[in-house]
Amino acid sequence: MTGDPPVRGMNGATSSGTGMAETRTAAPQPRLKASPACPAIEVASLVKRYPKSSGNAVDGISFTVGRARIFGLLGPNGAGKTTVVGMLTTRVRPTSGVARVAGIDVAARPAAARAAVGVVPQRNNLDRSLSIRQNLLFHAAYHAVPRAGAARRAERLLDAFGLAGRAGDKPDLFSGGQSQRVMIARALMHDPVVLFLDEPSTGLDPAARLFTWDRIRELRDQGTTVLLTTHDMDEAEALADQVGIIDHGQLLAHDSPQALVRSLPAGASLDVTVTGPAGLAAALAVLPGAERAETAAPLPGGPATGRPHEPMRYHVRFRLPAGSDPGTLIPAVAAAVSRYGGRLHQAVTATPSLEDVFLQLTGRTLR
Amino acid sequence: MTASTATLRPTPATTGLGSSWNRSAQAFLAILHRDLHVTRRELPAFLTQVVLQPLFLLFVFGKVLTELGYTRPGYTSVLFPGIVALTAFVTALQGIALPLSVEFSFTGDVQDRLQAPLPTSLVAVEKLLFSTLRALAAAAIMFPLGILVLGVIPWRGEGLPMAIAILTLAALNGSATGLILGTLATANRISLVFALVLTPLLFTGCSQYPWQSLAQLPWFQVITACNPLTYASEGLRTALSPQIPHLPGWACVLALTGWSLLLGAAGIRGFLRRALD
Ligand SMILES: Nc1ncnc2c1ncn2[C@@H]1O[C@H](COP(=O)(O)OP(=O)(O)OP(=O)(O)O)[C@@H](O)[C@H]1O
Ligand SMILES: [Mg+2]
Repeated sequence: MTGDPPVRGMNGATSSGTGMAETRTAAPQPRLKASPACPAIEVASLVKRYPKSSGNAVDGISFTVGRARIFGLLGPNGAGKTTVVGMLTTRVRPTSGVARVAGIDVAARPAAARAAVGVVPQRNNLDRSLSIRQNLLFHAAYHAVPRAGAARRAERLLDAFGLAGRAGDKPDLFSGGQSQRVMIARALMHDPVVLFLDEPSTGLDPAARLFTWDRIRELRDQGTTVLLTTHDMDEAEALADQVGIIDHGQLLAHDSPQALVRSLPAGASLDVTVTGPAGLAAALAVLPGAERAETAAPLPGGPATGRPHEPMRYHVRFRLPAGSDPGTLIPAVAAAVSRYGGRLHQAVTATPSLEDVFLQLTGRTLR
Repeated sequence: MTASTATLRPTPATTGLGSSWNRSAQAFLAILHRDLHVTRRELPAFLTQVVLQPLFLLFVFGKVLTELGYTRPGYTSVLFPGIVALTAFVTALQGIALPLSVEFSFTGDVQDRLQAPLPTSLVAVEKLLFSTLRALAAAAIMFPLGILVLGVIPWRGEGLPMAIAILTLAALNGSATGLILGTLATANRISLVFALVLTPLLFTGCSQYPWQSLAQLPWFQVITACNPLTYASEGLRTALSPQIPHLPGWACVLALTGWSLLLGAAGIRGFLRRALD
């Protein structure tokens, strides 16, 4: 048969429906690809030490990702994200440990593993001797996708990624963001079990970023597992079903973003900025959850005479347990301010995010 | 692989070991097809690149110098086989070395092919094969070109199988050398490497003189004996102009085969080293 590349679900009714733009309103078909028979990714004690390097770039990482999930690997520059992706996609040979993709050991059977993975690397690696369409078609040919099906699939993917009008162009003419869309489309030509995206939204404008996020969610909903790396907390939180936080080659935490946030010792916070005498700071410091009262500066423009009752500017942070509403503290703060004749300049409530998780784990921020 | 995976993925990718050969073969052919496709489109550039240098060599050494009486009349039967062998070797070498070094250092074009479901070493083998084919095409063009420039070229129908064998081996040696250089040198050093390696190779390969005539220059004869191109030039003389004193054909085939295996293995190793971290 010269139909489409084998389609997950093996269901005749959907056998041509792998175009990404299609929204599937019909009752969900059973998707065998998404079945938990064997996890999409299994990594156990994985280590990579590059030759001539003093330390391990990846230092004993273990995790499992089920089918039809989005896994976000989050970490700062040099954390080892690309190296993990490299090992899972057979470009980097593990020093020790085991990595399996769709049940295939990537070190023992790299060629078979390559059939199961799609890769979108951090930098543009489109074939510059070929047009965009040919990039997709030759990729399909490398993966033995029947030709007629590949041609139709290429058109659909070009369409879904807004590239249809430029299919005949050479990659040299494309901007970074456009090239990236081409690379995602190319990686999907052979319908991989797992799609690896190395920093998919670096260099994308906000609209393109949201567009890519939508495509990634669609893929997940259609049964593809997606592993993406990022150093963008918001991206991980918005997109990932599971997040792994990696630093210095080690996996510091691995859970759903919600669970990670819930695990924080301090759940929510309120930051206030007030001006007033030192007594105000003391009064705020005894309110529940108050963490610190910083003297930021003397009032701008005011004479700094050092007298004890001279108003100063203070920042106070209140940390509250997860689930509580930091806004409820504001009346108490306001009351203290008026009692001391001070002023409330700013009150910012924050419910915790992955950023706080990261801060908690590594003691530093990413951006 | 478990049976459950096989039912999960009805692609050729995971349907067992027997099909892993099949899958590799399909990927190999597709990559070869890609190279043919790209070269077909760049045919004029390819021809210019391939033909110009040997054309001038033939013209100056074979035609001009002979007409002016600086070379003996029979010199073209020494020169022509040498130049054809040289063309096969150099075309093969250049067809791999420069593009590969650029691909690895800058563009990353090759990465999608490295991600194809076949052993990485086969990607290198495809490069060797394709470059060898290209070089054989270039060598074939030299024959009509030789007639055009020289009027008469040394030719023996019964030497044809030997000529094909020698040229194939010469091209394979050139490809393998190109693979070594292309994976060894980063793109910003490749021109230096070319100057250091290619130029000496070209002039110690007995293309412009028969090996046995070097008896008066024994040290140079030893040097040329270490160059695989020498055996290609001499082997082609065996096939096309056996009246010139030459090395025995079997020795040339043997030496070229040995060099091919050696250089090919080194080239594939270098390729794996660059392709995989
Ligand atoms: N080919 C290589 N040879 C030697 N060391 C390397 C190589 N590639 C990466 N490294 C080192 O391994 C460590 C992890 O690098 P990696 O590229 O995996 O980080 P990353 O998390 O992807 O960073 P980024 O966010 O900057 O992309 C770094 O210290 C890096 O210097
Ligand atoms: Mg990286």
